[in-house]
Amino acid sequence: MADEAKSGGGLEFHPMDQFIVKPWFGEVGDPVHWYTITNVTVWLALAVLAILGLMVLTTSKRAVVPGKGQSIAELMYGFVYKMVEDVTGKDGIKYFPYIMTLFMFILCANFLGLIPMSFTTTSHIAVTAILGFGVFFAVTILGFVKNGASFLGLFWVSSAPLPLRPVLAIIEIISYFVRPVSHSIRLAGNMMAGHAVLKVFAGFAQVAAIAPVAIIGVMAIYGLEVLVSAIQAYVFTILTCVYLKDALHPHH
Amino acid sequence: MATDTNAAAEVAAGAAPGMPQLDVGTFGNQIFWLLLALVAIYFVLSRVALPRIAAILAERQGTITNDIAAAEDLKAKAEEAEAAYEKALADARAEAQRIAGETKAKIQADLDVAIEKADAQIAAKAAESEKAIAEIREGAMEAVAEVAKDTAGEIVAAMGGKADAKTIGAAVSARMKG
Amino acid sequence: MEGELAHIGAGLAAIGSGAAAIGVGHVAGNFLAGALRNPSAAAGQTATLFIGIAFAEALGIFSFLVALLLMFAV
Repeated sequence: MADEAKSGGGLEFHPMDQFIVKPWFGEVGDPVHWYTITNVTVWLALAVLAILGLMVLTTSKRAVVPGKGQSIAELMYGFVYKMVEDVTGKDGIKYFPYIMTLFMFILCANFLGLIPMSFTTTSHIAVTAILGFGVFFAVTILGFVKNGASFLGLFWVSSAPLPLRPVLAIIEIISYFVRPVSHSIRLAGNMMAGHAVLKVFAGFAQVAAIAPVAIIGVMAIYGLEVLVSAIQAYVFTILTCVYLKDALHPHH
Repeated sequence: MATDTNAAAEVAAGAAPGMPQLDVGTFGNQIFWLLLALVAIYFVLSRVALPRIAAILAERQGTITNDIAAAEDLKAKAEEAEAAYEKALADARAEAQRIAGETKAKIQADLDVAIEKADAQIAAKAAESEKAIAEIREGAMEAVAEVAKDTAGEIVAAMGGKADAKTIGAAVSARMKG
Repeated sequence: MEGELAHIGAGLAAIGSGAAAIGVGHVAGNFLAGALRNPSAAAGQTATLFIGIAFAEALGIFSFLVALLLMFAV
């Protein structure tokens, strides 16, 4: 600590600066209206382009023997398709495009956020809350439309002994309403924490004595973050599938 | 410790206050563009990408099934060809066997005929020889009997007896037979 | 003074991340133990593993969130 203090007027940590939303054409302080083209807009557009490139351009040849790009597109398709089929069953297949949209968006946004100097759209609670609450409301409405009032059977655990059921119902209801919160904050929190830790480690590299350690640390954390990006996209998607299964088959 | 508070103070002073994630003023912007992006992604995926990939996978499945059927077909054909070959080989072998047997039989027949002929000749020659030998032997016997009769007649005459040729002949014949 | 208390509270809330780490370790460790006993059944349960990890981790994320809120929002 004393060493750091001597090396030059204190360390500068700005781990949260990377998350600031600012207009793409302009300065940090400029007003951000709902239509302003910001760095969020740019990186969201890049995510859309990445998906376009990955899923549409690579498959344009429609080759029976796939090339590299087409293999990746088919792998993504098969992976999510199998996940939806395994978790929700046959009748969940028709919601596959929505789940694929979520998966591809989160995966591409997470990976794009790992590019140095980029902006991680999925690290913002506003973005993930829309995703999480969107899934929550869609699934809840779908559950009532499909099952009517018997959807409430989800909270009434009929396999438990009768005296326990009201208690379990309260717990189930609470956990049901916590779902969108944890669903969205898990993604935002993981992204935010990982990127902030990267910045903190990078900040330590200002001190020459510990710079090598800091840089190795950045590399290690970066590797971990690549893994976390993919796993969080997977977890978000599979939890969506689980919630969808609850809506389609509310009885345990 | 001093450094930490220093850094914290700098964060507080230099950066925007608090977490950028909690800056409610930017929420509208983010939500608007996010919804736009999600709608764009949904249409790209559901209208273009997913049907296309599904078609590619179905086509591949079809191709694989066709190829497997074709391979089965070829395999059946190959088996047929092999069976035909085996049959031809067996036929050829049987033919060869037959020709060999025929030839052998013919040769055997020729041989038999020749042997028979030779045997007959040999038998004829043997019979002729036997006949000759018998004649010679008979001749010799007769000669011996003649000589013996003559000799016996002479001896009887010499001894002073009266030689009856008939008696002497019978005696000599009886002796020679015994 | 209040700000400093908030920082202390943030530090305390961060302990929750460690607790979540214990939970995640439990899930993964037990999965591994089970998977080594019956490797053929393990492949079908990876989805369950990730769901379990996600649930265990969610609570750690909450404590992280509390820490961040105390640091920056209070």
